[in-house]
Amino acid sequence: MSAGHGPVEIKLMLNGAACSVDAYPMERLLDVLRHHLGLTGTKEGCGEGECGSCSVLMDGKLVNSCLVPVLQAEGANVVTIEGLAQGEQLHALQQAFLECGGAQCGICTPGMIVAASHLLSQKAAPTLEDIREGLAGNLCRCTGYIQIIEAVAEAARRGVGR
Amino acid sequence: MKTERIVGTAVPRKEGRDKVTGQAQYVDDIALPGMLYGATVRSRIPRGKIRKITFGEGIAWDEFVVVTAEDIPGKNCVALIGEDQPCLADGVVNHPEEPILLLAHGDRHLLPKAVKAVEVEYDPLPAVFTIEESERKATVIWGEDNTFKKYLIEKGEVDGVWEKADYIVEGEYFTGAQEQLYIENNGMIAVYDPEHGVTVWGSLQCPYYVHKALRRLFGLGEDKVRVVQTETGGAFGGKEEYPSMIAGHAALLAKKAVRPVKIIYDRMEDMVATTKRHPSRTRHLTAVSREGKILGGEIDFVVDGGAYMTLSPVVLSRGTIHAGGPYCWPSVRVRGKAVATNAPPHGAFRGFGAPQSLFAMERHMDRIAQVVGVSPVEIRKRNFLKPGLTTATEQVVREEIDLSRLLDRGLELADYAAKKERFARENAAASGETRKRKGIGIAAFLHGAGFTGSGERYLSSVVGVEATADGRVRVLVSSTEFGQGTKTVLCQIAAEALGLPYGDVEIAQPDTEEVPNSGPTVASRTVMVVGKLVQSAARGVRQTLAAEGRVGESYSREEFREACRKYVGEKGEFVSWARFEAPSGIYWDDEKYRGEAYAAYAWAVYIAEVAVDLTTYGVTVEDFVALQEVGRVLHPVLARGQIAGGVAQGIGYTLYEKVVWQNGRMQNGQMTNYIMPTSADLPEIRVYFEELGNVHGAYGAKGIGELPMDGPAPAIANAIEDALGVPINAIPVLPEDIFAAMTAAGDVPVEGRGR
Amino acid sequence: MRSRPAEYELVAPGSLQGVVTLLAGEPGTWLPIAGGTDVMVQYAAGTLGARRLVSIWHLPELGGIEVSAEEVRIGAGCTYSEIRGHEVVEREFSLLTSAAGWTGSIANQNRGTLGGNIVNASPAADSLPALLVYEAELILVSARGERRVPYVEFHTGYKKMGLAPDELIRAVCLPRRYAGYVAYSRKVGARNAQAISKVCVAALGKVAGGVVEDVRIAVGSVAPVPLRLVETERIVRGQRIDSQLVGMAKKTAAGEIRPIDDIRSNAGYRAAVTGNLVAEFLGRLG
Repeated sequence: MSAGHGPVEIKLMLNGAACSVDAYPMERLLDVLRHHLGLTGTKEGCGEGECGSCSVLMDGKLVNSCLVPVLQAEGANVVTIEGLAQGEQLHALQQAFLECGGAQCGICTPGMIVAASHLLSQKAAPTLEDIREGLAGNLCRCTGYIQIIEAVAEAARRGVGR
Repeated sequence: MKTERIVGTAVPRKEGRDKVTGQAQYVDDIALPGMLYGATVRSRIPRGKIRKITFGEGIAWDEFVVVTAEDIPGKNCVALIGEDQPCLADGVVNHPEEPILLLAHGDRHLLPKAVKAVEVEYDPLPAVFTIEESERKATVIWGEDNTFKKYLIEKGEVDGVWEKADYIVEGEYFTGAQEQLYIENNGMIAVYDPEHGVTVWGSLQCPYYVHKALRRLFGLGEDKVRVVQTETGGAFGGKEEYPSMIAGHAALLAKKAVRPVKIIYDRMEDMVATTKRHPSRTRHLTAVSREGKILGGEIDFVVDGGAYMTLSPVVLSRGTIHAGGPYCWPSVRVRGKAVATNAPPHGAFRGFGAPQSLFAMERHMDRIAQVVGVSPVEIRKRNFLKPGLTTATEQVVREEIDLSRLLDRGLELADYAAKKERFARENAAASGETRKRKGIGIAAFLHGAGFTGSGERYLSSVVGVEATADGRVRVLVSSTEFGQGTKTVLCQIAAEALGLPYGDVEIAQPDTEEVPNSGPTVASRTVMVVGKLVQSAARGVRQTLAAEGRVGESYSREEFREACRKYVGEKGEFVSWARFEAPSGIYWDDEKYRGEAYAAYAWAVYIAEVAVDLTTYGVTVEDFVALQEVGRVLHPVLARGQIAGGVAQGIGYTLYEKVVWQNGRMQNGQMTNYIMPTSADLPEIRVYFEELGNVHGAYGAKGIGELPMDGPAPAIANAIEDALGVPINAIPVLPEDIFAAMTAAGDVPVEGRGR
Repeated sequence: MRSRPAEYELVAPGSLQGVVTLLAGEPGTWLPIAGGTDVMVQYAAGTLGARRLVSIWHLPELGGIEVSAEEVRIGAGCTYSEIRGHEVVEREFSLLTSAAGWTGSIANQNRGTLGGNIVNASPAADSLPALLVYEAELILVSARGERRVPYVEFHTGYKKMGLAPDELIRAVCLPRRYAGYVAYSRKVGARNAQAISKVCVAALGKVAGGVVEDVRIAVGSVAPVPLRLVETERIVRGQRIDSQLVGMAKKTAAGEIRPIDDIRSNAGYRAAVTGNLVAEFLGRLG
């Protein structure tokens, strides 16, 4: 690990590829993704772990990247919104969001889709209650959640997570 | 007969792919070479003179760019309706968080400490924090009498109704402030150079509002200011006027620094320093006949505008005009007033005065029903507007709207009658063991779309539709996308009007250098008014080509492309313009506030079913029916999304979102303490549409963006009263308020009080 | 983000030994950070006093849930998600798994730890009433060794705890003696998810022959520390549950707690709701 006062080298897996970045240990993973690694898909909505716009997967688990000091991501497997589509081929959740109106202004959408992908990896056939609970940490001000929940249910029906 | 191929269908959202992949570029995703970051030093007191400013120890001040009011080249104001709001405080502050000076540095992490290190000493002045204090005028903080604006609407002979009345019903209703809480905070990037002037990119609704404000601030001509909208993560009115302030700040720093400057607020700064919905107080005094018909009445509607005028006159206007609801008032006097307090100025928020006055009206209707002894359904049916009758401003209802039938349909969708009866029975039979009470409540309302009265004529919006050499079409408007579907719907309209595939039409990024002023993206006017202009301009393209024999009445895509190629080759650019023309026969008197207030009204009935938990005093909305007549649904998925989202904000407004004030400053400026509903808090919101068409709107559409904000609060408050028998006349109503109301009513045993 | 990362040190020795050695060498200097769901919020707000932090995230010695005959030992570094997912904890210590399910969002449950919740010592902390009711014991560790402390003696006042500057919480031990008890827990917050509690009750009760054999009731957010309602328990123990007893219990509970008015709620509401939750619990018992 590391000691001292300057930036350190952090090695992690990022969207399936080995990645190395120099950063201060207490830089937030959110800021390292956005500013050092140019992955601006993950957003800051509140900086207090309430809105979920900064959601990423860390070792397969949903976390709020605004609350992760980058040192703690050393050796981790991180997946962001940019890691979901396969080239031009959209992830089924992204496709479902497009068809069902799950994205309006779009700022909560990356975090919401990452959270939904985490939910479906835990529960391939979630009930509406499961979806509501699974997304309760991601705030959306535009949709009232209705079409987001429908998009996630649709993606589940199409076999995401199985 | 509907023959459209694109309008009315669920085409893909134009910018949807970028949004779901995280590619969409919001202002904080953008960096310019050499860019500095900016921050704002703000007032810590509500009102006073600035005695001294000291730059404290421990900061390398020579590394910072510092801007004060003295650096303002033009007029130190944020130009809007008035020019009373300074861009930077100059010797005096009038609200907490008022901007005093600006700092910039290349390392954004150095700014918070530097902001804290600027010590401002004040000589405080007495301050005013409530509508009542402001009205008392013991301390005058604005103008001569703390009053930004007043309106008076008079119809019929109000003074004569009281002696004819069988009942006189009185009521007083309050609504609190509400934070727009777009998930993307305010942000701007600015550059300045002497040759080109000011350019800003940012999160905003109205590029030309910012353009006008920057021109005034810098004293620059219109070609020396350029405003570009970046992808905007929610707005709801919160980015109607405030962006002019932050753009001015970024631009002032950019000018002094001779470097690009980005200012991004964090959540707490955005919450405490920017605009919120105007708090309100409405008083009703109504003369009612034995049969429950409204004979006439007086309505006093007051909004708290905060420290500067900003948009208060217009919020007041809409609230005043909507104060009578969808009812026939043979006589009425509506007095509207916007007053000043020492809080950050309140501003636009979806609904814009109407949610406030309609809350009062719909609560008051239930009150009238109780006094007269009829049901909430019956009292409304006896008083609804009908075709041929006039509104409070004497606008004749010209469309075949049948509000009683709409109400009946809503009631059926909500299973109202059965539920009301069942809840009443169950509530009455409930013992102390049963910890739940259920209720169901109605709201009926209307929402005028477009600018009030002569507003649209004054805006004189212009739209362009461009056909390029390869037969693609570009819509040129300053109307902005911020989730509601502007890009998608305007492209649908153009594609439909031109007979082209939706995929062949795109919309230019709102950039004042590229697009004409189609007016602000507010007032539920974009689809209806701007869309109709897009329709006209698109037709203009067809007509031009047809008139010159370049295409026939109908044509294929290839024929169109070929015709455009030739046209552009011969004549250069091919843009068809359309300018708003006020429909003939529309009459509005700005002095008397009388006439056709809006070109079109959407009509709605909302029904809320609630459960009150007597253990926690918490209220949950368990079912919600939102039924509205909207002219024409141009995009079923987007339209439904708008209503659902607006209802969710309305539920927040009613049950969750409370701004805690102390001496004019919001104390709960964090998402952990300012509570908006999560997915676990909201029911399924059931949305239904009816379509009567609208001659003034594109393909018959009316504006719907703000409509859903008006209904939830009164429907829920009415439902809570149905459940508990306790009137709820102030929102937000939190469990603590339910507990207090039940205790006051003697419904709660006294023992549970604590020390 | 109101703090400057360059001004902070964060080190990760990677072993418990390494961490306690550091804490012993410079006591009071290093702030342990586990999942960061409290520390990072303060950091972003610019209110974090500490400048040197030591990461205890994923320390193997602080993880894991061990089940023995007498007790279940939960590593202080276990996240709420890990606690929720453990079969024995869910079955025998459901008050704790309920609390873990209320805390923040799933994202925050994946990072928030039991040890962190205890050490952050918020009067509104979700797990603490459960620890009181289960009579949990804490294993504290330092370079000087380990010691075991009943949780009830640990939190002595508002944000005050019996933790030496060189100590960490290593594990939380829950005695396996609650088979046959009825468990009741409820959190009252501002909304259904992601809410700081206004009142939070965890309770256990055992009824035999129509009489209350044992009862334990703990409440959070109504005093500077979570409270066992010992007076209320005393008047309920040994009695039959009827409406009169419930009324007395409500009154006694209201008198034992010390709720305040704050930004989230007020004292009168908290007191009333506490009484209602106690009544609801007794209703389930009876």
